[in-house]
Amino acid sequence: MMMPPPAMPAAFQVEKPVPGPGMGDFSYVGIDAILEQMRRKAMKQGFELNIMVVGQSGLGKSTLMNTLFKSKVSRKSVQATSQEKIPKTIDIKSVSHDIEEKGVRMKLTVIDTPGFGDQINNENCWQPIMKFINAQYEQYLQEEININRKKRIPDSRVHCCIYFIPPTGHCLRPLDVEFMRRLSKVVNIVPVIAKADTLTLEERDFFKQKIREELRANGIDVYPQKEFDEDAEDRMINDKIREMIPFAVVGSDQEYQVNGRRLLGRKTKWGTIEVENIAHCEFAYLRDLLIRTHMENIKDITSSIHYEVYRVRRLNENNTAIAHEGEDTHWGD
Amino acid sequence: SRIAIRRPGTDSDKNARPLSLSGHVGFDSLPHQLVNKSTCQGFCFNILCIGETGIGKSTLMDTLFNTNFENFESSHFEPKVKLRAQTYDLQESNVRLKLTIVNTVGFGDQMNKQESYQHVVDYIDTQFESYLQEELKIKRSLHNYHDSRIHACLYFIAPSGHSLKSLDLVTMKKLDSKVNIIPVIAKADTISKSELHKFKIKIMSELVSNGVQIYQFPTDDETVSKINTAMNGILPFAVVGSSEEVKIGNKMVKARQYPWGVVQVENENHCDFVKLREMLICVNMEDLREQTHTRHYELYRRCKLEEMGFTDTNPESKPVSLQETYEAKRHEFLGDLQRREEEMRQMFVQRVKEKETELKEAERELQGKFEQLKRLHSEEKSKLDEKRRSLEDEINTFSKKKAATELLQGQSFNTNANLKKDKDRKK
Repeated sequence: MMMPPPAMPAAFQVEKPVPGPGMGDFSYVGIDAILEQMRRKAMKQGFELNIMVVGQSGLGKSTLMNTLFKSKVSRKSVQATSQEKIPKTIDIKSVSHDIEEKGVRMKLTVIDTPGFGDQINNENCWQPIMKFINAQYEQYLQEEININRKKRIPDSRVHCCIYFIPPTGHCLRPLDVEFMRRLSKVVNIVPVIAKADTLTLEERDFFKQKIREELRANGIDVYPQKEFDEDAEDRMINDKIREMIPFAVVGSDQEYQVNGRRLLGRKTKWGTIEVENIAHCEFAYLRDLLIRTHMENIKDITSSIHYEVYRVRRLNENNTAIAHEGEDTHWGD
Repeated sequence: SRIAIRRPGTDSDKNARPLSLSGHVGFDSLPHQLVNKSTCQGFCFNILCIGETGIGKSTLMDTLFNTNFENFESSHFEPKVKLRAQTYDLQESNVRLKLTIVNTVGFGDQMNKQESYQHVVDYIDTQFESYLQEELKIKRSLHNYHDSRIHACLYFIAPSGHSLKSLDLVTMKKLDSKVNIIPVIAKADTISKSELHKFKIKIMSELVSNGVQIYQFPTDDETVSKINTAMNGILPFAVVGSSEEVKIGNKMVKARQYPWGVVQVENENHCDFVKLREMLICVNMEDLREQTHTRHYELYRRCKLEEMGFTDTNPESKPVSLQETYEAKRHEFLGDLQRREEEMRQMFVQRVKEKETELKEAERELQGKFEQLKRLHSEEKSKLDEKRRSLEDEINTFSKKKAATELLQGQSFNTNANLKKDKDRKK
């Protein structure tokens, strides 16, 4: 979609875009060299990614993060585990790491939410998380609106929120529905079935179907959202993904010898679950989606859609402290 | 329960720990994902060519992009400098480029050149303003926005062989903080090699002594720093453009044919055309775009916002709330809207008045015609009445006469009849 050239005072003459006459077939101009220039620039600048993990204690969030990024990125690796008690309140802790692969540098921030869903009364447990996400948008907005602003505005906005569903095998709990319903409006939610090695394949398929139905029935749009598909090709790829979510995952940072190869897995008396084997669990699909194919798209949707929605609301309202009050009156049901 | 939130600033940012990966994760595909996305969206590149009429701007563009853009020969009698922008969709392999070429028309032709650069400055500012407006909108679509900001300004220096003209210096000085200036010596085939060398040195030293900041090819990235540094030393590029081809050996090359020889455009011994193409397009296009956005545009934005009275901190050094900024903007916008409404209303009232007068005029005319017709009609009528009366009179007279005649006839008939009867009786 092309916009017409911008309006200019009458003294300037503007002609509408004309399809350029064919480029000479023997002379090379070099326009496509810009791809290489962009790649160079991106390599130099590095990338940023902020992932939030949400779920009750004991669902394997930290392990999954470590498995995804093949290193000790979770909060637990940073803090001593002797401090580990179920917190009385919902805490939001983020830990950043600089990782590098084949010359590509990335600043990965993992945001943990210990205490979520662990209290006896879990009403409004989504509130502090919502507040945190909005606070990141607010921080970005404040920087963007400055007169003297930084060359590259540091991006702390949550790009992706992985929501861990306990493997009950039945259906979503009210807590799950409530959380996802509210948060899917402000952030990209990727639901996963945690500790999927407790479900047989049939139970898993049934559970997944049930979950998909419930998500549909409650109008919850998880990533990849249907309305943001760009073209037919996109829709095709994303439809396939939408038929598979939520991914049933198993995490592990331990390697075992299987058939002469060293693989990440969980060893039990009845067999070894290979994490990266798609016959065993869907970890590989999650990794591919999040990292290898859709990472740029996830960040794109965060910055061009979720952030813009926040910005519009923010600029249209009268009081200045929505980010600091945690009110939910603006997020209509 | 109390809700505790710890802001990320405390753990992250400064304390990002370097970590090594124990296996292949796969985010090395990120640059590829990014490039893919950009390829789908397409790229935008805008070049401004400043130079006197006939110095070869259009020809150079044609040669550079290897295509025939629609070109009109401009007259030398333009009263003011105008800017003509044309946008083209180009494609090379899978890269789509939306190229806009802006030419100055009539630059340097006026007797009094004092205002020459102003139009150019205004044009550049207008593009910045456009972008700024879009950025400040509440509901905005920056991703779909057609970026018209000038990324590179090719300044064509006339090949006098001596030094820069004062117009050149003044113009470049006005533009150097607004746009990336790349000076080129046009029609370089009119200068000999030794003169060229001296000319270049003179130009560069004049630029330096007048404090003109031209665009420097970036030297911080090791992949390109060597070539960029070398090129920085060859500025300004001495170029020759041509859309005609001449056979050299067994190849057709772009060249200019003279009786004394052929100047080959793409021969690096003959001119710097290839270097210009290399620098402008193949190596630094992205950097030109970035500099425009992060340096020139930011400067414009900063100045504009400060001019409008916005500050980051108010007199008490407290950060000004977002709301106040937007209130002010909204105020301005509403004021604008009101003014336009008022204008429209006035215009409407005016039009109504005009129409009313028109209609009244028509009515009067009609009335006049009606009166006239009425008069004619009554005239006709009275004429006819008269005729009728005279006719009636005639009829009356005639019938009287007739009656009288009949009477007479009757009498005479009776008399005759009596006579006859008498006659018959006498028989």
